[in-house]
Amino acid sequence: MSIEVRGVNKSFGAFKALDNISLDFPDGELVALLGPSGCGKTTLLRVIAGLERADSGQVLLDGEDATDRDVRQRQVGFVFQHYALFKHMTVFENIAFGLRVRPRRTRPSEKDIRAKVSRLLDLVQLGWVADRFPTQLSGGQRQRIALARALAVEPRVLLLDEPFGALDAKVRKELRRWLRQLHDELHISSIFVTHDQEEALEVSDKVILINKGRVEQFGTPWQIYNEPASAFAYGFIGAVNEFRGRVEGDFVRVGDDLLSLAGAKFQNGQDVVAFVRPHETEIVPDIGGGHGITAKVHRILGNGPVTRVELVANGESRKGETDFFEVEIPGTQLASLGIATGQRVKLTSRRISIFDQQNGNERP
Amino acid sequence: MSHSKTHRVLPGFGLSLGFTLAYLSLIVLVPVSAVFIKTAGMTAEQFWTAVASPRVVASYKLTFGAALLAAAINCVFGLLLAWGITRYTFPGRKLVDALIDLPFALPTAVAGIALTAIYAKNGWLGQFLEPLGIKIAFGPPGVLVALVFIGLPFVVRTVQPVLEDLDAEFEEAAASLGATRWQAVTRIVFPTLLPALLTGFALAFARAVGEYGSVIFIAGNIPMVSEITPLMIITKLEQYDYQGATAIASVMLVISFLLLLTVNGLQSWAAKRTGRTY
Repeated sequence: MSIEVRGVNKSFGAFKALDNISLDFPDGELVALLGPSGCGKTTLLRVIAGLERADSGQVLLDGEDATDRDVRQRQVGFVFQHYALFKHMTVFENIAFGLRVRPRRTRPSEKDIRAKVSRLLDLVQLGWVADRFPTQLSGGQRQRIALARALAVEPRVLLLDEPFGALDAKVRKELRRWLRQLHDELHISSIFVTHDQEEALEVSDKVILINKGRVEQFGTPWQIYNEPASAFAYGFIGAVNEFRGRVEGDFVRVGDDLLSLAGAKFQNGQDVVAFVRPHETEIVPDIGGGHGITAKVHRILGNGPVTRVELVANGESRKGETDFFEVEIPGTQLASLGIATGQRVKLTSRRISIFDQQNGNERP
Repeated sequence: MSHSKTHRVLPGFGLSLGFTLAYLSLIVLVPVSAVFIKTAGMTAEQFWTAVASPRVVASYKLTFGAALLAAAINCVFGLLLAWGITRYTFPGRKLVDALIDLPFALPTAVAGIALTAIYAKNGWLGQFLEPLGIKIAFGPPGVLVALVFIGLPFVVRTVQPVLEDLDAEFEEAAASLGATRWQAVTRIVFPTLLPALLTGFALAFARAVGEYGSVIFIAGNIPMVSEITPLMIITKLEQYDYQGATAIASVMLVISFLLLLTVNGLQSWAAKRTGRTY
């Protein structure tokens, strides 16, 4: 089912949680709402579910205006961050709950309920815990039961609030893969909220990056990672080296050094910020002529196929802290480069993204 | 295995256990057993005449009946009160919250006099109820009113923290699964509160059974009608019939104990049924 959000605003007192958000969620896809904590992503999810009312704007489900519909009537499956499993009911009864509370004429028979619950338990691969209570399950098991419970009512949309937030790293990875598989089987339109960029990029078909109640970028994981649309997107996704300076002709002046604008058009004297990914940063051992940022090799971490070189910036940053840079080079290139700890080098880049410091928008 | 002493992480286990047992014996067990020892000095016939005389039996019925009924009433309205002060914010909520403790704080005799003054024939409420044929003061209904009054805070104060901890998420989850508000309350909220409610019931009941001060003024103390068992004990004491007094006391103790055991059994049954392990 398609989900559309039009011009949604929501404030909590003076805090603006959602600032005029308009989105069109693709049908049948798994979409991640990604952003730092407090950016409004959970609020957006709750507005879509009907658990929260927007101050203004519309929510359309399948093209129908659902803004005034109660959560009960929206037919959405909502999985809560802390699962919200009913503690006084067995796993079986938890999953059956949505079927048992139906009005008598639409309620399935006891036999059908049993069949359906055991089907769902098999789907989440937990058939053997039917008679246990939620407190007797591990976090990952609870999460899967919460999902089965939400699926029992045959929702048209599945909404998951930080589905892996409360789990440890290993279970998280397993469950991530499992959720992806489950979605590929069911093809139900799903939205999940996360603050973990790795999770968002790995699991979803599309990622919506949210910051301060606004949509920063909407795209495929590849686009989000490789073509960040704003300074915020660049900084939030993946490791990145950041250089702040002022435009001087075809260069950016960063301290005493010059960095090539690489064809980007900015006005002279404009304050800009440049982002370079570690694997797209190059180390030039010759510090004589040419442009590039001077830095000192701090550590060389050479385990495995990729060597990570940590460098210390010349002088101090604006905040009075030492700036660190990170460069990733194939392990085989390290010898030919011939660098050693403590050596002074220059950093250039194969690919650079430059944004205006004020509004964060890229200028071509 | 050798007989070496087990080492515990927390030191002082022996001392703490010894102190706990000694203190409990001194404060609770010794006085209670004195009741039974004193009673044991009676012959079976003496005992039976003391505890089974019609007047005393009538007092058992009133005391335990009114205490059970009062505790049940308090469960219903105590739950409503707890719901009101935890779920809603309204001006004066703090004041209402504080007022609930008043029956705890008020000397029982004062409560008794106040209730009597209100419900008596010429009292604030009594003057309107009397013409309707409802007589509260100086009869069994008065006993009930007094027991409801003193038992209320027990229910509110045991249910309130559980209600505060009950995350709105559970009700939201129920709603998202299609449950109506009524279904969410009866199937999710109420079963979660049940163990606390049972505890509140037990406490209110135990308090009501032993209550003397507030009841004695409003009951009217008519033999066979509105005499409570603690009054029977006092009456025996005033007649220097110490053995008779302890005999009745021992009967009260046994009945109270059995009733509390039942409530405890109910509680652990409810706990087991819901997978809790305490």
